[in-house]
Amino acid sequence: MVVTMAPARKRAFLVLALLAAAALASVWLALAVGSLALSPAEVWAVLWGEADGIAYEVVINLRLPRALAAFACGGLLALAGALMQVLLRNPLADPYVLGISGGAAVGALAAMLLGATAVLNIELAAFVGALAAMALVFGLARGDGSWTQTRLLLTGVIVAAGCGAAVALMLSLAPDHKLRGMLFWLMGDASQAGDPLAVLAVLALGLVLALFFARDLNVLTRGPLLAATLGVPVARVRGVLYLVASLLTAAAVTSVGSVGFVGLVVPHLVRLVLGNDQRVLLPAATLAGGALLTVADTLARTVIAPQQLPVGVLTALIGVPVFLFLLARAPRQG
Amino acid sequence: MSALLTTHALTVSIAGQSVVQGLSMTVRAGERLVILGRNGVGKTTLLHTLAGLRAPDAGEVLLAGQGYAALGARAAARQRGLLTQHQGDAFAATVLDTVLIGRHPHLARWAWDDAAEVALAQEALAAVGLADLAGREIHTLSGGERQRVALATLLAQQPRVYLLDEPLAHLDLNHQVAVLDIISRRVRDEAAALVMVLHDVNLAARFSDQALLLYGAGEYELGECAAVLDAPRLSRLYGHPLRVLGEGETRWFVPELPE
Repeated sequence: MVVTMAPARKRAFLVLALLAAAALASVWLALAVGSLALSPAEVWAVLWGEADGIAYEVVINLRLPRALAAFACGGLLALAGALMQVLLRNPLADPYVLGISGGAAVGALAAMLLGATAVLNIELAAFVGALAAMALVFGLARGDGSWTQTRLLLTGVIVAAGCGAAVALMLSLAPDHKLRGMLFWLMGDASQAGDPLAVLAVLALGLVLALFFARDLNVLTRGPLLAATLGVPVARVRGVLYLVASLLTAAAVTSVGSVGFVGLVVPHLVRLVLGNDQRVLLPAATLAGGALLTVADTLARTVIAPQQLPVGVLTALIGVPVFLFLLARAPRQG
Repeated sequence: MSALLTTHALTVSIAGQSVVQGLSMTVRAGERLVILGRNGVGKTTLLHTLAGLRAPDAGEVLLAGQGYAALGARAAARQRGLLTQHQGDAFAATVLDTVLIGRHPHLARWAWDDAAEVALAQEALAAVGLADLAGREIHTLSGGERQRVALATLLAQQPRVYLLDEPLAHLDLNHQVAVLDIISRRVRDEAAALVMVLHDVNLAARFSDQALLLYGAGEYELGECAAVLDAPRLSRLYGHPLRVLGEGETRWFVPELPE
């Protein structure tokens, strides 16, 4: 048998173009659907400034920021998850494995408990919490080598467990009227997301940085020793990318809370379909994660409108069956 | 002939145990050196030091006259390649993609492996007799086939100094000979150099020019195979009596077996 390969790059661009179209469609859907339903043409008209006051108000001031924030955070989580899986050489790692979301949750809930109501204050507290957890985990597990890999993972798991206990404590102390807000934050909620441009900028920067090291990561999946013999500065690449993945996670969690499932399963799903070339996987996972979270958030605010659901519940409800189906169909992941 | 791999007064130890002390040796273009010794004597440690993956306690390792620090990791990766004892594959990948990894040090950061790289990888697979398996998943291969994929990755890397750690592990007899033959031809045709760790004394004698015997506690002996591979030395090396059958080119070392 002679292997006839379409040039890898051509196929990559095709796949990425398709995913980009899907991402665009997801945002379009988010702009059109809701209590004020608009046709695709009407959305187009609004975007070009040719519509009346109410439609403009709803699409530009309410739906667009929310859709963009959901897209950016979905992309951030999927990208961070893909990076963590390669760095830890564990297909079951996710962005939260190092305790960053736990730290953010402690920060955000503490701020809510102390009476913070402004979105900005809660986001600030969440980000400080995420950074504190990062500093704790990386400070305690400094160094490099395979044993510190294990130590990093263990430290992360323990810090996450500690944060979980603190969260449970705060929930049990919280007065009833604050509980609902806290629970929504924990499950992930895009309705309170702030300015989407900041997270979009973080996403773009993170993706460029990750792609810069994409081929190094391909080599690293074959193990650190082989990577070192092939000229990859293993310690430096790992150090930089752990930091990048952690900051991406912190940015996402700060903005929409700890949305589950996206960071674990989107990279996994994309890998099942496209293979494990990081040059394709990283941007593909970013686009797919963004599209998934945008669609999920649109469903979250429309399924039982006017009631809103936490988006994290929906990502799991959509993703789990899709993932199980793919896993059953393609038994190539050993 | 030019010296491709040189050590000056190299001292290596692991966990407080000395592997070699003050080793000075030269492997020139077209030459093959075998490292022999008992389990745990530090053969892999020494090989990793020669590959620049581990700092020596004292002395230096030079690739074509330059130290690893001066060369940098990428340039070093174009000069020397290492076949490791264990290959990790936590993620699924095809055989061809695995072999293409060997081209990494030759590609610019944003470059993609084009048709020429793919052709090189397929050539390397053909050389180890695995051309038919290019599209297979690496997980579905046997241990011996994976070992040959690792060797093909090394061939695709096209280094000038080949460092092989137990290249015959998991291989059938026919593939053991074939692998040593491929590497030997590559070394001769491309004026490369070879340093390998082997356990089979007879294959070592056939497929190398120099031998480095590691006795443990930093003691070693280095010389032409014809000179240092003899029954008394090998018996001491392995702590088991060996007997020689035949003479000259057709010498065979066999272990004495208990009655």
